[in-house]
Amino acid sequence: MNLETLRQRMLYQTLLLGGAALLVSALLGLGNHGTAGLIAERNAGDLRDSLSEVLPARHHDNDLLADTVTVPRDDEPVLAYRGRLEGRVNAVAFAMDGVGYGGPIRVLLGVDRTGRVLGVRVLSHSETPGLGDGIERAKSDWVLDFDDKRLGNPPPGDWTVQKDGGVFDQFTGATITPRATVAIVRDGLEFFAAHRARLLHEFPPETPIATLEHPHP
Amino acid sequence: MNRWQQIFRDGLWTNNVVFAQLLALCPLLAVTGTATNGLGMGLATTVVVVLSNLAVSLARRLIPGEVRIPVFVLLIATIVTLVDMTMNAFLHDLHRVLGLFIPLIVTNCAILGRAEAFASRQAPLPALLDGLATGLGFTWALVLLGALREILGAGTLFAHASLLLGDAFGFLELVVIPDYDGFLLLVLPPGGFLVLGFMLAGKRVLEARMGRAPTPDGAGCGGCAMAPATT
Repeated sequence: MNLETLRQRMLYQTLLLGGAALLVSALLGLGNHGTAGLIAERNAGDLRDSLSEVLPARHHDNDLLADTVTVPRDDEPVLAYRGRLEGRVNAVAFAMDGVGYGGPIRVLLGVDRTGRVLGVRVLSHSETPGLGDGIERAKSDWVLDFDDKRLGNPPPGDWTVQKDGGVFDQFTGATITPRATVAIVRDGLEFFAAHRARLLHEFPPETPIATLEHPHP
Repeated sequence: MNRWQQIFRDGLWTNNVVFAQLLALCPLLAVTGTATNGLGMGLATTVVVVLSNLAVSLARRLIPGEVRIPVFVLLIATIVTLVDMTMNAFLHDLHRVLGLFIPLIVTNCAILGRAEAFASRQAPLPALLDGLATGLGFTWALVLLGALREILGAGTLFAHASLLLGDAFGFLELVVIPDYDGFLLLVLPPGGFLVLGFMLAGKRVLEARMGRAPTPDGAGCGGCAMAPATT
């Protein structure tokens, strides 16, 4: 029987479709197996890069990824990375979420033990390219405005964009994105103030320490 | 004109995915706010369409007509996912910039269109070249549309190109209109439809000037059957 007639058979077609599905599943499995480790490594590298921007090396001498604490908040607990100098927690970094114009915005925030902002970086967003994406450090200096700010400086009423009477710039044609980002940072500082003791609390050395792979030991 | 020239002429102009077939509008309108984004999307799509054309052509004798569409869809989705994972692992910096666009490629019906209209009836080499021609045709259409929207909408050209291509290409980043306030409408999705409409009209005028509008040849005819009447 040649291929021509075989192709007309229902059984051949069924088997081919099933075989194709099996084959591509196997390919995807192999692909995933071959790349998952590398991708996790690269993502950890990205996280380390972002962390080092919001929590500069002069503020800590430990490995941030190896020293974390989870603090419950609303539905989703917040994972905070602790920076220690000579064993004492000197600063923490954690991610905060909010909603912008195009969807969720995730911001990484570094705060020292007095509640002063060390750095802010946007980890992910889906704002309009060319308008709202100025919140990315790669595209503008805007997020640097947060450096050294704290709750009370500027005063609570000024923690918003200039259009709403605050101190932070908005972008030409985009107010919602910077307004949302300012609100996320303010939320983050309020979260820090509310959980300061827990975030800075020093665990005895034998307490299992959460890692990136096992955030809930 | 020999066969190879015909393939490239079709892909780049006569049977261009965007300007002649009006396919792939979803990724097209989503990413062409800037020329750089258009270029990134175009290059990623080119890789996928070349690979998918090759795979479909190699398997074409095994696949019966009755189940060809689900098999093509499986192949294309797998290739997109594999390209995504491979880039993430080995070209991580590029993936950080292009990563947004890669999953969007599966929404590109032009890839299925080329598999159906060309690759499933041709030997691997012509299928591969057709994929390349189609991808490049898509790329230049995206870059042109992105450039027009970017210049008129934001007054810049190839903004942030060095993030995509490396610092050596920083010279591409131009401010075309200094101190420009921007024209928001063109940057947002409706602007994509408006500019695309003007570009299609422009192509018609150009073809009318050049004489009779060339018709797509036989090799790509499945493609024109799927597309709205364009000539």
